[in-house]
Amino acid sequence: MTSSVTSCPVAIRIQEDDFDIAREIAVVTHGRTDVGAVVSFSGICRADDDSSKIAALTLEHYPGMAEEEIKRHVDEAISRWPLNGVTVIHRVGRFMPGQNIVLVLTASQHRRAAFEAAEFLMDYLKTSAPFWKKEESATGTGWVEAQARDDESAARWTRS
Amino acid sequence: MKVKYFAWVRERVGKAEETIEPPATVRTVEELIAWLSGRSEAYAHAFEKPKVIRTAIDHAHVKADAVIAGAREIAFFPPMTGG
Repeated sequence: MTSSVTSCPVAIRIQEDDFDIAREIAVVTHGRTDVGAVVSFSGICRADDDSSKIAALTLEHYPGMAEEEIKRHVDEAISRWPLNGVTVIHRVGRFMPGQNIVLVLTASQHRRAAFEAAEFLMDYLKTSAPFWKKEESATGTGWVEAQARDDESAARWTRS
Repeated sequence: MKVKYFAWVRERVGKAEETIEPPATVRTVEELIAWLSGRSEAYAHAFEKPKVIRTAIDHAHVKADAVIAGAREIAFFPPMTGG
């Protein structure tokens, strides 16, 4: 932290267990009167991708680097927006459609910073945090390919 | 140095990690990939499209021309698809 007057608690967790969004919001806002906006994004395993029906999704990660990479981007988000709370939870393991995969939660005094920081964090999570998805469908299993549109989404935050 | 492989790179190489001692002539990530590719068909298959492979040295993303000297842990993996 540099010159910011408000503290910004950060929680980064990589876990197999599910998370409870309401509980995570309560943790960030509990006992505080300076939080005016909380944005939560949750990524959920969905059944349909193009025409093949996804039966399950397996998430693999690089232990150690994944946490560090998320931390680097959380630190950058804190330097760019006036945040007063950030929680990032990424699950690993095997998931069925409808189950939670990721949670990004940002708190700020005002909504714009919270919205922007959440988008920034999700864009970088998708393109630079070391996680990989493997799909299982009726036709077999296969690793999910990275999407060029995700790189484009992340590129818009690049500062010249 | 320790080398780690993830996702389909791990599946193709057939192991999650190993300790290697490349010759001194192997100076960059690019050269390391070429050296590994020459070890067996499994490695050659894993690294058949070197431009697709992402590399991290000691948990930080690096480019193909990065120097590997002093690295404790080098990881190879496909483009990330988390989130």
